[in-house]
Amino acid sequence: MTELTVTINGERRRVPGPATAQSLLEHLGLDPRGVVVELNEEIVRRPQLGDTAIDDGDRIEVVHFVGGG
Amino acid sequence: MTSTMKPTAAHQDTALTIAGRTFRSRLLVGTGKYRTNEDMMATLEACGADVVTVAVRRVDLNRTNEESLLHFLDPDRWFLLANTAGCYSADEAVRYARLAREAGFNDFIKLEVIGDQETLLPDVEGLLKATRTLVAEGFTVLAYTNDDVVTALKLEDAGAAAIMPLASPIGSGLGLLNPYGIRTIKHRLSVPIIVDAGVGTASDACLTMEQGVDGILMNTALAEAGRPVVMGRAMRLAVEAGRAAYLAGRMPRREIAVPSSPVAGMLDRPTP
Repeated sequence: MTELTVTINGERRRVPGPATAQSLLEHLGLDPRGVVVELNEEIVRRPQLGDTAIDDGDRIEVVHFVGGG
Repeated sequence: MTSTMKPTAAHQDTALTIAGRTFRSRLLVGTGKYRTNEDMMATLEACGADVVTVAVRRVDLNRTNEESLLHFLDPDRWFLLANTAGCYSADEAVRYARLAREAGFNDFIKLEVIGDQETLLPDVEGLLKATRTLVAEGFTVLAYTNDDVVTALKLEDAGAAAIMPLASPIGSGLGLLNPYGIRTIKHRLSVPIIVDAGVGTASDACLTMEQGVDGILMNTALAEAGRPVVMGRAMRLAVEAGRAAYLAGRMPRREIAVPSSPVAGMLDRPTP
């Protein structure tokens, strides 16, 4: 197992590798059904979360719905 | 589901229809700024709303065990209208819209492209550009805009499915500042007009609906009321009252008085 250094929601973090978008969400304790993932400014479609590899240096955004007007 | 509900029997009215989708209630409600999620849900229920707006934001990675908004907002009961609040450019708004759609509920977006931080008034150029991009990608765009009919017409031409002109600035509670502008927009456009932003209390909502618009969206008027659930009930009644008054057709305004009681049949007056 290796460690990857990635930026998630603006924070640099070390995560266990190899990683996919799916495994990253699991590592973060997030339910994939409640979030949307962007990898290097491209949206990762939900069916592809498990097939999308996360590489060292990647920029990831994980968003969800919050209250708003 | 919302689309199978009939209009209330209290007045004969059609349902609110946006891009072929019907909604029972003409009162759309935001989900921001409530003290608690429980307050929010009780207020939404009191409003009798069908459509609620939500924003798209980063997950707080330090609080991933908190209940998500969707834990409270059952998507089968509420139509989730995502917004692009806080976006100051077309590119930013388009990015947020795409993220919202990927959540998988619907392809509607309440498009906001803001031009000024103090007034939160829209950046019209950016708004038009984002509308064109999103319409081309198959979004149903509900465009938050100002009270200018020229802009509204351009947005309609660009393919917006509904126009959402502001009553007054977001969160200001100033009510309907330009009834003439809103009436003009309603008169000239074919797509639904949903007034969004600036409503403060029930009379504002009633007056807005009296202009003939198709719906109204509010958030702060409820969340910052002393008793949001009670205000929710007031707003529900106000929207219904304003809509009914519009459908009834109001009397003309006059600069002179016209008596309501007959002039004929008065007793003789003493001679001076």
